[in-house]
Amino acid sequence: MDSGKEKRTRIPFKERPDWADVKPVPQDDGPCPVVPIAYTEDFSETLDYFRAIYIADERSPRALQLTAEAIQLNPGNYTVWQFRRVVLESLGVDLHEELKFVDRIAGENTKNYQIWHHRRWLAEKLGADAVTTELEFTKKIFSEDAKNYHAWSHRQWVLQALGGWEDELAYCQQLLGDDIYNNSAWNQRYFVVTRSPLLGGLAAMRELEVNYTVQAIRASPENESPWRYLRGLYKNDTQSLVEDSQVASVLLDVLTSKNSHVHALSLLLDLLCHGFEPSQELKSAVDVLTPQSCSPDLALTKRVCSILEHADPMRVKYWNWRKSTVPVQSAQCQNTDRLANLSM
Amino acid sequence: MESRRVTKTLEDQGMVERQVREIYDFFYSIPPNSQSVVLELQRDKHFDYLTRGLRKLGPSFSVLDANRPWISYWTLHSLALLGESIDAKLENDAIDFLTRCQDKDGGYGGGPGQMPHLATTYAAVNSLITLGSPKALSSINREKLYTFLLRMKDTSGGFRMHDGGEVDVRACYTAISVANILNIVDDELIHGVGNYILSCQTYEGGIAGEPGAEAHGGYTFCGLAAMILINEVNRLDLPRLIDWVVFRQGVEGGFQGRTNKLVDGCYSFWQGAVAFLIQRLNLVVHEQLGLSNDLGTESADDSSESELSDEEEHLEGTSSHVEETCPLGQEGQENASDTTKKADIGYEFINRPIAMRPLFDSMYLQQYVLLCSQIDGGFRDKPGKGRDHYHTCYCLSGLSIAQYSWTNEADDPPLHRDVFGPYSRNLLEQIHPLFNVELDRYYEARKFFSGL
Repeated sequence: MDSGKEKRTRIPFKERPDWADVKPVPQDDGPCPVVPIAYTEDFSETLDYFRAIYIADERSPRALQLTAEAIQLNPGNYTVWQFRRVVLESLGVDLHEELKFVDRIAGENTKNYQIWHHRRWLAEKLGADAVTTELEFTKKIFSEDAKNYHAWSHRQWVLQALGGWEDELAYCQQLLGDDIYNNSAWNQRYFVVTRSPLLGGLAAMRELEVNYTVQAIRASPENESPWRYLRGLYKNDTQSLVEDSQVASVLLDVLTSKNSHVHALSLLLDLLCHGFEPSQELKSAVDVLTPQSCSPDLALTKRVCSILEHADPMRVKYWNWRKSTVPVQSAQCQNTDRLANLSM
Repeated sequence: MESRRVTKTLEDQGMVERQVREIYDFFYSIPPNSQSVVLELQRDKHFDYLTRGLRKLGPSFSVLDANRPWISYWTLHSLALLGESIDAKLENDAIDFLTRCQDKDGGYGGGPGQMPHLATTYAAVNSLITLGSPKALSSINREKLYTFLLRMKDTSGGFRMHDGGEVDVRACYTAISVANILNIVDDELIHGVGNYILSCQTYEGGIAGEPGAEAHGGYTFCGLAAMILINEVNRLDLPRLIDWVVFRQGVEGGFQGRTNKLVDGCYSFWQGAVAFLIQRLNLVVHEQLGLSNDLGTESADDSSESELSDEEEHLEGTSSHVEETCPLGQEGQENASDTTKKADIGYEFINRPIAMRPLFDSMYLQQYVLLCSQIDGGFRDKPGKGRDHYHTCYCLSGLSIAQYSWTNEADDPPLHRDVFGPYSRNLLEQIHPLFNVELDRYYEARKFFSGL
């Protein structure tokens, strides 16, 4: 079913003897349709025959072959895919073969919802058999496009539904080694750390993960991904974030270096809003960064906002708003706990 | 860990930044009157491109053969934003065509004879609302549509896209959006949707397509809009969501869809609309921040006044009315609307004062759309890419949002200084940000479907 070969040798359905009994059903587009597509003859004919067997609900080997041809012409046609699943089930086709078919289609259509949905359906039917193929398949996709959204969703589904967690953290490590800015890999790391049945959950993993993340931050403090990840490690437990000495230490290092300070200041602002008591050194680091125009009497939290207004002019309105909503400390903490409880 | 090794992400980002910088350097190097010309919205060319697509699409569009109501919506909505209407013949043709996409058991498919699908149902309904005539609106079989929506409900609380289709946040939004705008929403439809969407808010603050996946602009819009429409927006962690979305605006002025991804003009809408929706959520945001809401908010007008009265005051960080302790228990509009009919949340929402100033850079966003996404007839993702109807629709929708983000209420015209480029030429119609249909067409549809 190589698509190139098929194109060259394609015989119209109307000339195929085994289709002689089928009356094609033209598309009911009306006399003057809007957004009319100038279909090729092959396209129109294939879809006309598809409509005929779809309406007749014909679940036959030739129907299966027809859906393959229709999918090659337009892999976005969800009706054809859905009918193909119906036929596959009725015929009891070997689904390993079907996987190969999807492989061929997927190569050029890695951002198509239907293909991934079909693949998930297949993997679900194949069960544990599919773990290796699916993990390998998504890996192959990531070697071309390491941030492919559908492929990541598929991989997460495979891990959760069918297993295969063993090497997943190492895989994330490898991808982040290739590109520490790959936020999809950070997200996957979070997924593994919080959901893998083999690792003991976030609480057990937190210390190791904080070490790793802090190291990534020191290497490239302008990289937003590890900063968000760090906060994520303390999701629903802001108090521990506030009390973590590693966090305070990386903040100090970044703020006293010549690197971009925006993410560090942003985290510092959040910490201060949650009752963080900065060391004298950290306060001095903030003093150094404070613009001259800023009143020295201004509270530290608001001063951090002022620095951010200057350092991050694109978001001046955001930092300005943050300054205006610096909370009454206790109320803020209470509220975060309330939210935390709700989301648990 | 090596320090700042040039990885794929940095390489790609660097390339886009160079291309954009070239465009901006040129722009700033020319005299102001030439700048004004360069900034003009090419209305005639966009009009030509859009109307041509309505009448004829080449064979390469075959891959969008299951998305024809989408192409209709992208085109008709773009024309509506430009203030253009289409002639009666074309309108009739559009109604006739979309009716042929309507399934006998409710909902719309991607073309005549295709299975009904939630996304194309959303696109068809929004197309018909944009057409706006009683004939267009009455062509929708609402009773059947309701049974279709109910059939798509999944045990997870979410919706699936079609019979046997995928469950995700897009499906939730498109189902809830059409149910609201057609006034067919009820408790059974809404049940469990909030739990599903909540499970998709990630540690980054944005919302993913499915639980566990990465925060993403398109899904964040869908999730936030759906949560507002089902009156459960207070369950999301809004301060984190806000922090995430404001960081998605990049050095180019446009938005990226995810952290460390490239700018793309279509996120002018998806992310821009998230930021715009937030501007009407000040009460619930304040509540989540542990700030008491001003007692004056009993009268909505007072709240807008006190919030907006003096930006300079905010610069000093006073905004004393916020910090003055009022007893909590000022529940605000969010709870008050519990008693409002659910289908009217879209109306109640748009009539709230826009009590917060935009937290994104609305001028810079307009600059990106006009200088980097706009081409001669249509809009594109970024320099170097081709135009398409999708990007044209969402670049224009985002441009409209940026233009109106400084107004105080729906129906207020923006000030000259808030519209980038020549005012009367560039000013677009405004949209209802929960549904992304032009606002006056929304009002008409609401009147029609609520029997007012």
